[in-house]
Amino acid sequence: MNLLAQLLNGLQYGLLLFLIASGLTLVFGVLGVINLAHGSLFMVGAYLAYVIAKTTGALWLALPAGLIGGIMLGAGLERFLFRHFYHREHLDQVLLTFALILLFEEGRSFLLGNDFHSVPVPALFDFSIPVAPGFSYSAYRFFVIGCCLALGAALYLWIERTRMGAIIRAAAEKPEMVDVIGIDARRVHMVVFAIGTALAVIAGALAAPLYSVYPGIGDGFLIISFVVVVIGGLGSVSGAFWSALLIGMVDTLGKAYMPAVAGLAIYVLMAAVLLVRPSGLFGQRA
Amino acid sequence: MSAALIDARDLHTYYDDSHILRGVSLRLRAGETVGLMGRNGMGKSTLIRTLMGLVKPRRGTILIDGRDMTGAATFRIARTGIAYVPEGRGIFASLRVAENLSIAARPGIDGSVAWDIPRVLQLFPRLAERIGNGGDQLSGGEQQMLAIARALVTNPRILILDEATEGLAPLIRDEIWHTIRLVRDSGIATLLVDKTVAEVTAVADRVMVLVKGETVFEGRPTALMADADRMHGWLGV
Repeated sequence: MNLLAQLLNGLQYGLLLFLIASGLTLVFGVLGVINLAHGSLFMVGAYLAYVIAKTTGALWLALPAGLIGGIMLGAGLERFLFRHFYHREHLDQVLLTFALILLFEEGRSFLLGNDFHSVPVPALFDFSIPVAPGFSYSAYRFFVIGCCLALGAALYLWIERTRMGAIIRAAAEKPEMVDVIGIDARRVHMVVFAIGTALAVIAGALAAPLYSVYPGIGDGFLIISFVVVVIGGLGSVSGAFWSALLIGMVDTLGKAYMPAVAGLAIYVLMAAVLLVRPSGLFGQRA
Repeated sequence: MSAALIDARDLHTYYDDSHILRGVSLRLRAGETVGLMGRNGMGKSTLIRTLMGLVKPRRGTILIDGRDMTGAATFRIARTGIAYVPEGRGIFASLRVAENLSIAARPGIDGSVAWDIPRVLQLFPRLAERIGNGGDQLSGGEQQMLAIARALVTNPRILILDEATEGLAPLIRDEIWHTIRLVRDSGIATLLVDKTVAEVTAVADRVMVLVKGETVFEGRPTALMADADRMHGWLGV
């Protein structure tokens, strides 16, 4: 039964990585910016869940608060910072997003201190669901799996089936032509950044009860999310989905069964994928 | 004579340090068809990109309906009723044919919806057959039809076509020229860049010839044709 538990853990971890990586890859694909501060947005979500759980006792409030707060935070960051950096050099973009990491970490330290905090699993999901004879699995982890799948499906339908989604795909492909047909590409950029931010914030809020909350919580997730994005193909949301599941499984099973080499496994996987397909599994071939 | 929709005066445009447009002026009146001619690298596409706000002129002004739009954002210029089909077509390969049209469709500046998606599909029945296909699955001719259709569903007052027939099979070229005449006859002003002198001079009310970023001729097509020696010098034909 241990294997089943690890498979479910791998699925849950992979889906959480997808929420983070989808925003990262979408922002890169449409805006052309690699946002190093994406992990800080995840941290904002985790601390938001901690603060809400501590002050109200109602952790579920972190989801609507993360969605609305994330959209507002993302729209603000795009409007007042990122917008001015699309046509700048990559080095300037790196400096901007690195500076944001420092600002978010210092802000967190100033407001909430540097201690580790555990966030209790919401009472509603504080039980186990029997999955097989003699084996049950955390209801909260099932809830996280469900939330990630629902958000992933909503994101897919939004991008593939709506007019706004078509405009976003168009903007990722030929930004200039979007303006030429009379659409304000700046608004498209703001929407994409806001949604990407909200996904990272919600991922952080969902993760808080699982991993507890600590300084630099976003860093590890950011690095792994970059691996996900690179393997999936820069800018590809469906690539990020399959790649996140792959990484989630390899990392979780590796840590369970081959702990000595697990830390290396995903990077070896990334190198192998890049050797065979330099633009990632789902990337546009250059 | 009606007022100019576009009145661009003394445009100077640079790419980095190279001086591409050297004081070009262009007027386009409602319903008028103007042919823009010249060899490769003489500034035709740069003039159009300057009019669309895709590059900013270093000097000169662009008036649209008498309002100064120099340096305005491209989407604002497009929304005054200017549709631009660039060289290379610029269709969205990652979108289906239907999506290419639906994200562009909007009423004209006067609220007109004369050109809606059913009408452009009637104009190009081949696009109707391909409506569910991806933009990357179209032939060159179908891509050009889609690019023109996408321009028309914005219900423009001005259609700018840059090399719309380049690299197409003769039958498809004929179909595109037929469409250009139809658009002209529907009252949309057209600015046309094309290398086929015979076709341009046949549809245009007026032609302009650019040489090294300057206007060397502006007038009726017949006047250009009458001066065969100079025309050969300017156009290399």
